[in-house]
Amino acid sequence: MNRQTQKRLLGIAALIVAAVIWQIVAEYVVGRSFILPSVTDVAGAFVNLLGSGTLLADITVSLEHFGIGLLAAFFLGVPIGILMGWFRVADFLLDPIIEILRPIPPLAWIPFAIIWFGLTTQAAGFVIFAGAFFPILTATYSGFRDVPKVFVEAGKVLGCDTSFELIRYVALPAAVPAIASGIRIAMGVGWMCLVAAEMFGVSRYGLGYQLWHNYYLHQMPNVVVYMLILGLAGLTIDRIFRNYVDGQLLRWRAGEVA
Amino acid sequence: MSGVTIRDLGKAFPKEDGTATQALAGVSLEISDEEFVCLVGPSGCGKTTLLRIIAGLETATTGGVTVDGRAVTGPDPKRGMVFQEYSLFPWRRVIDNVAFGLEMKGVAKEERRRTADHYLELVGLSQFRDAYPFELSGGMRQRVAIARALANDPDVLLMDEPFGALDAQTRNRMQKELLSLWEQTKKTIVFVTHSVDEAVYLSDRIVVLSPRPGSIREIIEIPWPRPRDRTSAEFAEVRRRVLRMIDETENAH
Ligand SMILES: Nc1ncnc2c1ncn2[C@@H]1O[C@H](COP(=O)(O)OP(=O)(O)OP(=O)(O)O)[C@@H](O)[C@H]1O
Ligand SMILES: [Mg+2]
Repeated sequence: MNRQTQKRLLGIAALIVAAVIWQIVAEYVVGRSFILPSVTDVAGAFVNLLGSGTLLADITVSLEHFGIGLLAAFFLGVPIGILMGWFRVADFLLDPIIEILRPIPPLAWIPFAIIWFGLTTQAAGFVIFAGAFFPILTATYSGFRDVPKVFVEAGKVLGCDTSFELIRYVALPAAVPAIASGIRIAMGVGWMCLVAAEMFGVSRYGLGYQLWHNYYLHQMPNVVVYMLILGLAGLTIDRIFRNYVDGQLLRWRAGEVA
Repeated sequence: MSGVTIRDLGKAFPKEDGTATQALAGVSLEISDEEFVCLVGPSGCGKTTLLRIIAGLETATTGGVTVDGRAVTGPDPKRGMVFQEYSLFPWRRVIDNVAFGLEMKGVAKEERRRTADHYLELVGLSQFRDAYPFELSGGMRQRVAIARALANDPDVLLMDEPFGALDAQTRNRMQKELLSLWEQTKKTIVFVTHSVDEAVYLSDRIVVLSPRPGSIREIIEIPWPRPRDRTSAEFAEVRRRVLRMIDETENAH
């Protein structure tokens, strides 16, 4: 038996043990599904939810909120990060503003998100944006700051004669690893903001929305189902992104230890 | 027609405390077209600084450099540079590293690949054209860096201890290859090295710099034909002379 299968088997065994303990505790120690739903309660709830057919819509709507927030964070964070990382004046100008806005918890933007956008998809997207923007901005900024000087000078000597060319052909590719890990962090933060962003009924569907909705209905097994789906979906998104980045964008780093 | 004229060059780096590090003072040197010149001197005497000023990466405090009669005001692909540290773009395949300068010039993909392939062949790395730099050894990387500089067809090739990080055997082979490249391409080469042996093997003239502020201590002509025999008596004699000179400049300080 090789290491890989051994690892997998042990992992599965531990999961089964945890599920059994959970079941025993829920059923015989706690004894109230409202406080702690058992494994079988949750499994039953999951089957029911599958049958009701809203799961797909929930996932789609959540991905939509998440996508809006992340795309906005990407398309604003990367250019601003580039400006601040490359042009000192931009850095001096924008840094104080960024430093004041950055420590504000993303969820503190919820009131204004609702006032500005109403109970809309955009409002949820904005809250996620507030969480995802700064990780992308700071990663891009430091990625640009850390571009080895010799690459920039090589670029100049080889004929890049404008800032645009140096950014486009030298600094940006050099900063891609930093930007990619910034995006990964941003996706994690954005996903966390999702539950809160959907709390206020910006939509009739959504994993976060359903979590709250079922809580109000005291359907705790359903709440657990949505919790697990949120976790799994977050994990899947992260995996897909990482595979894409490692396989497509960062093949040139294959020789380095990450 | 690609002579380099350095006239009364001085360079001071301002320091935090208001004073300045005088790296170079009163350097004047005339390098003729197709000449191979080596700069040697104790560490910190300003060899890299001098090379960077010729490249246009650094501006002189006094005096100036003209190439082909035109003053150097900034970096230009007409002056190629091979850096001491590895400077290949790790995100580009070997072929696209070599083609980089042509890409900046706006040469079409087909044509720049063809030219790049030609220079890769010159440095003997055709079979690595599609590799990424991390897949190459140190010596191979420097050969790609040389091919990349040559692909731009510069008039002057500036090289800052390009073989400094290589083992002795690889280094000797690279020197041979560089000479044959030089004979084929007829570039003016300014070559910085710590190795006196390397300087005697390669150059038409050795320029010995004195310690800070760097200035020209002596110029030694080596009119012998190439390839040169490192084991010959006259080779050893010149090597000894240059070494003694560097020693003296260092101790005089
Ligand atoms: N960017 C810089 N800022 C301040 N001082 C510098 C800078 N670059 C070089 N110097 C100083 O100028 C002097 C000459 O440096 P330079 O790198 O040209 O020496 P070198 O002859 O190439 O040395 P080595 O043989 O060790 O490479 C040194 O005293 C160094 O400290
Ligand atoms: Mg140096």
